[in-house]
Amino acid sequence: MTTTQVAPDADDALLAQFEATIGRSDRIEPRDWMPDAYRKTLVRQVAQHAHSEIIGMQPEGAWITRAPSLRRKAILLAKVQDEAGHGLYLYSAAETLGVSRQELTELLIEGRQKYSSIFNYPTLSYADVGTIGWLVDGAAICNQVPLCRTSYGPYGRAMIRICKEESFHQRQGYELLSTMMRGTDEQRAMVQESVDRFWWPALMMFGPPDADSPNTAQSMAWGVKRNTNDDLRQRFVDMSVPQAEALGVTFPDPELRWNAERGHHDFGEPDWDEFMQVVRGHGPCNTQRIAHRRRAHEDGAWVREAATAFADRQRSERAEAHG
Amino acid sequence: MSGEQDLTAEGGHGAVPLAGVPVAKKEHSAEREWPLYEVFVRGKRGLNHVHVGSLHAADDEMAVRHARDVYTRRNEGVSIWVVRADAVTASSPDEKDPLFAPSGDKVYRHPTFYAIPDDVPHM
Repeated sequence: MTTTQVAPDADDALLAQFEATIGRSDRIEPRDWMPDAYRKTLVRQVAQHAHSEIIGMQPEGAWITRAPSLRRKAILLAKVQDEAGHGLYLYSAAETLGVSRQELTELLIEGRQKYSSIFNYPTLSYADVGTIGWLVDGAAICNQVPLCRTSYGPYGRAMIRICKEESFHQRQGYELLSTMMRGTDEQRAMVQESVDRFWWPALMMFGPPDADSPNTAQSMAWGVKRNTNDDLRQRFVDMSVPQAEALGVTFPDPELRWNAERGHHDFGEPDWDEFMQVVRGHGPCNTQRIAHRRRAHEDGAWVREAATAFADRQRSERAEAHG
Repeated sequence: MSGEQDLTAEGGHGAVPLAGVPVAKKEHSAEREWPLYEVFVRGKRGLNHVHVGSLHAADDEMAVRHARDVYTRRNEGVSIWVVRADAVTASSPDEKDPLFAPSGDKVYRHPTFYAIPDDVPHM
């Protein structure tokens, strides 16, 4: 573990200043001194958040050519383009910490940095586009809203932009499912089947129970993380239950019920063995997702090189003209 | 608890591992990365351009096009400036920087320094 200790050579005065800034709930900005462990935690977190957005384009992107109407196709295109934008906001934030986007992309396609396990599940039906918007982006909103107040300035600012756009994502998904629920019995069955597949993976998005998340305490002390995994999961379940009722679908959890004493819903335990399998790379689509990202990166190499060569030529021609 | 199980919800879109994940590469690929540009957007007429983030582009023109796609997909801007990040000169980030010291003790530059009787209107 490297995230719990500060750099041994850290000047005490600098550390005190850093901690005072965090203590005032003020933001740390790019050129401020920061403990090496804080910087590393942020690079990991922001980079893997960026990778999640970029890989997250794939499951839904697969349905762009098969969207049932021009309206749905335009919406889906806009949504997938947003995911690319979110990835870029976050790479931009990560770069303020002294890493390059190219370096991070290479770490992703070499499988050395990860992305959210949710994107290793396949999108088997068009209803999945709606379910991802409603549940997966809904869970992402629960995670991301508190991050708008994270202690690292550029990360918080990127999160504010992202959260504004996520709201569109969630609503288009819910509206898509509502439309299907007003359709035929077959369409309603498609929605229910899709919700059944995504409910547990969506709950797993919040990470293992707090007892198994040793990094949480340090990240919360630094103001990088604002709520624990279990808090956010509970919030998500409580939000989703009335939304499911309004939609007319059920969640595949026999233990899910309102607990008046706690003022929250009780719910079952996700299958953490499955979760660990997916995180380790044995999910249904891990290999496919990375292979696709690698191909896109490598197939684009000639475009990047050509644009660089063109820019170089323009520059030298301008220099000659100015003689 | 093994390091591998050390996961956090802070992937935004879900749990990602934090332990055992490298944050830098030992050797870079040979490819030359496009330069980094800082992006400033004027939200609407009457407002200043405000820094919104950065992006990579091969040249200035491409930087403007990319800035439009990345930072103004929902009418967030009516004007864009881009400037190469390596062309920005900045003050030291230290709050105790003597650069800002001259303004610290000049309270008379603020309107609240001057006591005006409460019954004097429009001041």
